[in-house]
Amino acid sequence: MFSWDLLANAVVAGLLLGGFYAAVSLGISLIFGLLDIANIAQPAFVILGAYGAYVMNSAYGLDPILTGVLFTPLFYLVGAAVYRIYYAAFERRGDEALRGLVFFFGVLFIIEVSLSLKFGVDYRLVQAGYIGKSIDLGGGVGVAFRYLVPCVVGVMMTTALYLFLGRTFYGRAIMAVSQDQGALRLMGADPVQIKTIAFGIGIAAASVAGALLISIAPVIPSTDRDYIGRMFAITVLGGMGSIGGTLVAAVILGVVESLMSTFFGPSWSLAVSFGILLAALAVRPAGLFGR
Amino acid sequence: MNRTRALIGVAVVATLVFLAAVGLTPVARAADPIKIGFGMALTGGLSANGKPALLAMQIWKDDVNKKGGLLGRPVELVFYDDQTNPATVPGIYTKLLDVDKVDLVTSGYGTNLIAPLMPIAMERKLTIMGMFGLANNEKYQYPNYFQIQPAGPDPQTSTAIGFFELAAKQTPKPQTVAIVGADAEYPQNAMVGARELIKKFGFKTVYDKNYPPSTVDYTPIVRAIKATNADIVFVASYPPDSVGMLRAAHEVGLQPKIFGGGMVGLMFTTVMTSMGPMLNGIVNYDFWAPEPSMLAIPGIKEFLKEYQARAEKAGVDPLGYYLPPYSYALMQVLGQAVEGAKGLDQQKIADYIRGHEFSTVVGKVKFGKNGEWAKGRTLMVQYQKIQGTGIDQFRGPGKKVVLYPDELKSGTIIYPYAAALK
Repeated sequence: MFSWDLLANAVVAGLLLGGFYAAVSLGISLIFGLLDIANIAQPAFVILGAYGAYVMNSAYGLDPILTGVLFTPLFYLVGAAVYRIYYAAFERRGDEALRGLVFFFGVLFIIEVSLSLKFGVDYRLVQAGYIGKSIDLGGGVGVAFRYLVPCVVGVMMTTALYLFLGRTFYGRAIMAVSQDQGALRLMGADPVQIKTIAFGIGIAAASVAGALLISIAPVIPSTDRDYIGRMFAITVLGGMGSIGGTLVAAVILGVVESLMSTFFGPSWSLAVSFGILLAALAVRPAGLFGR
Repeated sequence: MNRTRALIGVAVVATLVFLAAVGLTPVARAADPIKIGFGMALTGGLSANGKPALLAMQIWKDDVNKKGGLLGRPVELVFYDDQTNPATVPGIYTKLLDVDKVDLVTSGYGTNLIAPLMPIAMERKLTIMGMFGLANNEKYQYPNYFQIQPAGPDPQTSTAIGFFELAAKQTPKPQTVAIVGADAEYPQNAMVGARELIKKFGFKTVYDKNYPPSTVDYTPIVRAIKATNADIVFVASYPPDSVGMLRAAHEVGLQPKIFGGGMVGLMFTTVMTSMGPMLNGIVNYDFWAPEPSMLAIPGIKEFLKEYQARAEKAGVDPLGYYLPPYSYALMQVLGQAVEGAKGLDQQKIADYIRGHEFSTVVGKVKFGKNGEWAKGRTLMVQYQKIQGTGIDQFRGPGKKVVLYPDELKSGTIIYPYAAALK
């Protein structure tokens, strides 16, 4: 069944899928990778973003991704508030390890159940001009817009976050807080303030990621569970806190999944992806780009 | 004097006791409602179907009570939310039977919720109506179980039989088949059935693979199928993968001669109104379609009118073309059996159901030996001439044409698949 056509298509599809995975994992990369907060609820925020896109799309015909971007300030504020609660209730007392995890589990269930009560459990989809269409790149290689758009947006998000962390004051402060809170305090910056900003940005990314998700596939409140594993795996494989690593890991996972689906049967795709994660961690325990 | 008074007193009391025993008690009992109990998925994964099913059952209750109830007694439904969680089922039914003292029980919606009810029903010798359970009774062969989904005596091949029969009838006859399905219970069952039918009709399998239900990108799978050039593509999928496969097929340009089969979810109103014209040409299993052949069945129009009027307020599927007619029919069977058995004796009701044919809003129903419909009636429909995504086009006939079985046929297949896309 092998053909160069199929191979080229599988690689292209995998690259696009990787871009999308990167977008979905960015928030976790920031919150879990850099701040060390095990925010299990991140995928639920992604689904919340997806429903935001759905509501605006079905009511006003707004483009899902535009909605995702428009909602980022709102998600930022929600994220900041969630972090403040988490900080006051757990982190300040040094209870963050296990109880913090339970807290985020609680947040996940609250979001899931609230969405179920409000929207029911029907599958929700959005409509946009680019869904269901594709372009031919020549040589028999086709690209579906449904994946191209999320991939482009995902790469843009990653680049923006990368530049923000490396080039701006707040970005460097976030990097600093992940390394040494005490030193940051000595420099006159408030670690809690910086972490609030970082957490808010992580949740804001979920708004866009959710919009990308619902333009690819239908969503129900419990769709988040399909992504928990992938998100954390990508963050760990890329190297905790490495934004560029997140993109590389996401692309690796995407390409492997796609190649397996095409040539060896889709049942193997997830098993092999996670096998690669384990193998990579055995060789490089800090992840591909971890320090 | 005292003695006379005492005698009169005794006589009065005796008379009262006698009257109470002979006359008053039956009068009091006549006012007692007949309680029918069940658990239903009102939250959780299956609630999108559980809630409409409940609405249909409530409509039946209101209809029956308007006509004077069953055995001259009003009917009352006692139900609890099973949260689509099989673990809640034993507790719910124990409470229904021991605390609420219901007279009859039915199952909740779906195979997984019926499974934990079977041992309880068998232990207590209950007559049990099953709502859309696939092959729940194959292992037990419990004689007092009756199931309303029209899968027929061989549930495993029921999804696919119409699909492959239709394929085999086309000229030139398609030769090669690709089958693909999710790694989950229903799709795997449907694929076993499909393999059997492929052998029976003499097709050649060129692709046979499963995918994990959490797959995000279906384009690689569809491309691999396209590369095999299969004439027939049979898909057994749950709603998110049905949508994923269909979109990918359009993006990749997969155009076999006949495409579809066992794709769950395409018939859900939210999916139909989102996918719109992308559905054109798909040949898929279904249980109900608003075609003249189905609407001719007595009672269905009135039921749907009532359902659709109440659906919006209840916040459930606005059309109700999948489960609700069957859920109403299930209660009709039970009601008619209670009247026929002239009482609430579980065994007599079961004997009556086994021995009779029932007229329901989904047609005549007769049960066979494993409690399934004696003759299967899973429809094969083809989506045709869908334009845009408006909901109103799906209310009437012509969009979901019934191709199989012959007695309910409402149109002809557009073949090959590509012709239906034009």
